[in-house]
Amino acid sequence: MTAGTGLTGRVIEPGAAGVAAETGSMPTYLGMPAFPEAAKAAVADSQLRRNLTHATTAIRTKRAKAVAELDDWEELRQAAKAIKDHTLANLDTYLLQLEENVTKAGGHVHWARDAAEANAIVARLVKEAGADSAVKVKSMATQETGLNEALAADGIRAIETDLAELIVQLGEDRPSHILVPAIHKNRAEIGDLFRRTMPGAPPDLPDDPQRLAAAARSHLRNEFLNAKVGISGANFAIAGTGSLVVVESEGNGRMCLTLPDTLISVVGVEKVLPSWQDLEVFLALLPRSSTAERMNPYTTIWTGVTPGDGPNNFHLVLLDNGRTATLADQTGRQALRCIRCSACLNVCPVYERTGGHAYGSPYPGPIGAILSPQLRGITSAIDASLPFASSLCGACYEVCPVAINIPEVLVELRARAAENPNHRIERTVFHLSAYVLSSPRRLAAAQRAASVGRHFIGRSGRIRRLPPPLSAWTDTRDAPAPPPESFRAWWSRTRGSAE
Amino acid sequence: MRIGLFVTCLTDTMFPETGKAVVTLLERLGHQVEFPMGQSCCGQMHFNTGYRRDAVPMVRGFTAAFDGYEAIVTPSASCGAMVREYHSVLATESGDAALQRDVAEVAPRVQDLSTFLTGTLNLTDVGAHFPHRVTYHPTCHSLRMMHVGDAPLRLLRAVRGIDLVDLPDAETCCGFGGTFSVKNPDVSAAMCADKVAAIKQTGAEVVCAGDNSCLMHIGGALSRQRAGVTAISLAEILASTGEPA
Repeated sequence: MTAGTGLTGRVIEPGAAGVAAETGSMPTYLGMPAFPEAAKAAVADSQLRRNLTHATTAIRTKRAKAVAELDDWEELRQAAKAIKDHTLANLDTYLLQLEENVTKAGGHVHWARDAAEANAIVARLVKEAGADSAVKVKSMATQETGLNEALAADGIRAIETDLAELIVQLGEDRPSHILVPAIHKNRAEIGDLFRRTMPGAPPDLPDDPQRLAAAARSHLRNEFLNAKVGISGANFAIAGTGSLVVVESEGNGRMCLTLPDTLISVVGVEKVLPSWQDLEVFLALLPRSSTAERMNPYTTIWTGVTPGDGPNNFHLVLLDNGRTATLADQTGRQALRCIRCSACLNVCPVYERTGGHAYGSPYPGPIGAILSPQLRGITSAIDASLPFASSLCGACYEVCPVAINIPEVLVELRARAAENPNHRIERTVFHLSAYVLSSPRRLAAAQRAASVGRHFIGRSGRIRRLPPPLSAWTDTRDAPAPPPESFRAWWSRTRGSAE
Repeated sequence: MRIGLFVTCLTDTMFPETGKAVVTLLERLGHQVEFPMGQSCCGQMHFNTGYRRDAVPMVRGFTAAFDGYEAIVTPSASCGAMVREYHSVLATESGDAALQRDVAEVAPRVQDLSTFLTGTLNLTDVGAHFPHRVTYHPTCHSLRMMHVGDAPLRLLRAVRGIDLVDLPDAETCCGFGGTFSVKNPDVSAAMCADKVAAIKQTGAEVVCAGDNSCLMHIGGALSRQRAGVTAISLAEILASTGEPA
């Protein structure tokens, strides 16, 4: 059950057809309409709006408080930006260093060009471990590759163990937030879902958050104890020592990372950091930005394998999937600094009103609007519309802990989207308007024409209806009628020319 | 000080009273203001919608029109931000070295009216009288790109007769966003509905802001709803000497 966005179903198709070879693939939800259309349904869903406003308002208030406690926040932010930029500029060096050190510590490193390659590697490794199921830590990289669906097609059951991901999985739903994948659901909806679908859930399970969590805990405990294989992502990978880092809140991640005999981690190539000293900066920024905590409850760090302690087999799958293509763009590459905190989602006025599903990607919100079209290429209707899914208010940039100038990237991607053939009419209109607006003489002529026209269109100074596409304005807002005299006409009449 | 008024094409065409108010206000404060007739549009709409090359002639026109002015004052923060933040980007993309030099010279002189008054002129009381209940919406680009901070509020607090009331969730976007308002009309309208609800909650007769584009959006919704709240530019309030709006 989703909150009624009209986009239920878990059917996915591989990345949009015609994707350039160097871009990645990510599940584009089947039949996903362009953003404005998907948003129309979401905006009309009052329960969804209420759930989202409630959740995002609470978390952004808490985040602001947590951030305000540090008086060197801006310095930390600039340091994080510098570290990421340095690492991305030397990615080849650090990745090879990471591979060398993971291997030295007893792990195995696999390189995956795209989602299909990554999924195939994971499926093979699970089978080689003699398993037909795996417990999963919440991971954006495997959401991105559509791993669960790929494994299912190979007869392997992937079990989400993060509470919110479990809710999404049980509901055959899709995540709508990076940190809180089930943010679109309230406790009543979750209680209903658990009673219907969760093995062992009592039929009289109440909608109390603690009781719901306890029911999930007892269900998951069985899965942890029986699992042969764990699958995770990673928040950071330290090149200097070959260590992987997962930060989380629930402890389910710790179980997946330590109990099974085999651990497979699928990690985007941009997650690498040079050293532990660099990690310190991010461990200060991430929890405050993400969950508004000074420190997250569980931080698990491991280096290869340690006999008698944790998994005996460790596989690191390094995922490109469009990242090196993104890295080639001077403006767009800053999106690769993202540490998936989701602060930008929580402050975004567009996200607050549409929720995550409208973005047609595991990466919703402002970061999704710049990440998905870059990773997948601007080919599908949804990807071509995402750069426009923003009022450019800049609240996202303001809170981003790695200072990604999201509006700047959005505007650049809009220029790329505008090259698409279906922008032909619009391009002509803008070209003509530029002809008028770039010349004071032509602008003045247009203003005189508008002043004459006002007698026909605007009674009482207000225009209540305009033809398409401007009807999109007057459907909900009056438009002002042009004044009898423009400012420049007034100036010329009363002051003469300044030139 | 040679002050050039950058009135912006929208204000020039649709809201001339705002431009007149800036002239009235600055002259009342003893300054001479010029309106360089060579100005037209800053190119923001084209730039933000993806038509960057079309905006380059506008960068050229702006830079030529405002060459030689020590202060370029604008009542519209988002247009000011376009010039300050992105004219240099477009100049670089054009490959025209002379334009890059000229933009580097001219663009940093653009100032929002509010910070020009509180900063350059070091004033908060500009001698205005406006006996109305007013709430102020800090527009996104005034706040996050032109960094006006509380300058507009300090100016408003010093206005005689004003009953200035806080706007709840003031710093949330009104949903205008240029072509966003027609490309994503449902989300834009939903954002505007919440902004309008917050404005009505204050009981204000007037909502003011430092961007006529956002005011056109908010004002358009208020007018459609017959809300009885008028949207007026900050400049007009600061220029007022007492007669009802």
